[in-house]
Amino acid sequence: MRQQKYTLGVLLLAVVGFAISSVQAKHETVPLPHLSKAIKGEECVEPNDTMRRNHMTYLMHQRDETVIEGIRGKKYSLQACIDCHATADPKIENGKMRTVKPFCAECHSYAAVKIDCFDCHNPSVPLEKTTNTFHEIITAHIRESGASK
Amino acid sequence: MTIDTKKRELLVKGAAVASMTIASGVMLIAPAIARKAGEAASDKVRWGLLIDSNKCDAGCDECVVACKTENGWKSHDRPSTDPQWIRKVNLRDKKTGATHSLPVMCQHCENPPCVDVCPTGASMQRADGVVLVNRHTCIGCRYCMLACPYKARSFVHEDVTGQKPHMPRGKGTVESCTLCVHRIDIGRTPACVEACSSKAGRSAITFGDLNNPSSNIAKELSRYVTTRLRSDLGLEPGVHYRGV
Repeated sequence: MRQQKYTLGVLLLAVVGFAISSVQAKHETVPLPHLSKAIKGEECVEPNDTMRRNHMTYLMHQRDETVIEGIRGKKYSLQACIDCHATADPKIENGKMRTVKPFCAECHSYAAVKIDCFDCHNPSVPLEKTTNTFHEIITAHIRESGASK
Repeated sequence: MTIDTKKRELLVKGAAVASMTIASGVMLIAPAIARKAGEAASDKVRWGLLIDSNKCDAGCDECVVACKTENGWKSHDRPSTDPQWIRKVNLRDKKTGATHSLPVMCQHCENPPCVDVCPTGASMQRADGVVLVNRHTCIGCRYCMLACPYKARSFVHEDVTGQKPHMPRGKGTVESCTLCVHRIDIGRTPACVEACSSKAGRSAITFGDLNNPSSNIAKELSRYVTTRLRSDLGLEPGVHYRGV
């Protein structure tokens, strides 16, 4: 009898504990990142899943090629990220500029990754600037790689 | 030293052949040829400047203004720490009183001391002779600033916003004249060169490929005696001066 009471007590504790923890978990789940759409086009320079996983490698690799070797016009350009993914927000620069910071921060704050790209690179572009104003060699490159698919 | 000279002769000959083959098809007037997308800077080319101080005027600073506008650097009225990619220097002969003026910027040395001393490899020389700071790896130690005899480099002391898309700049890194790589890579001339001819109407600065004997700059260099600042140091600057 004593044994039974003890077991029952432990079970009850476990059930209550589980219930509390599950309720807590529901409240404390960090919302998943919700990315805004690019201002133009349906597809990035690579499929979305690849970009989400590898964009940092692409950018890191190409920045060295550009600065050190002087290679221009390849497709993984930070400027191209900014041109497409910068969004206007009335809270930022009075909505007069589109800026890419909120787009990057969406995932980076979720994953607790601090980037310093925008300590030097300007995250903003004028509202009226669209991807049409890409450098011509980048546009040509995207067109070519799109055609070869 | 003799080996170096031979190497240089070879390079010059190679460039001559290349330019002739181009010339048989089309006549190229532009001083620089835009590289194709994905093509690296080549050591067949050696970019340089020729500055004619006889045409330069002490009252004119269009080249400095153009550099500021193009690359987005500005003064904060703190002369000891302000960035300065290009500056006007006025010289006066003490005996005769004669004065002349010339712009001084990074001299894009063939043997750059700033590259020798850099602990991270951020201070670097591109294949086409342009000396740059790779800000991605610059730790802001400023050793290169000490090493440069031309005082060409400056340190960014302030937070920077509103940078030009083609010229990222940020606090804690060293910077200097890039010979407008973003322009020369697409076949344009540096901003100071353009402003000197179009805005100031002086055409005191010539830009071009020192390795190509048919380029304007090479022709001018073979025609007139020119000097390079502190040539005694053996740094072989890519910037030549006339009338200094």
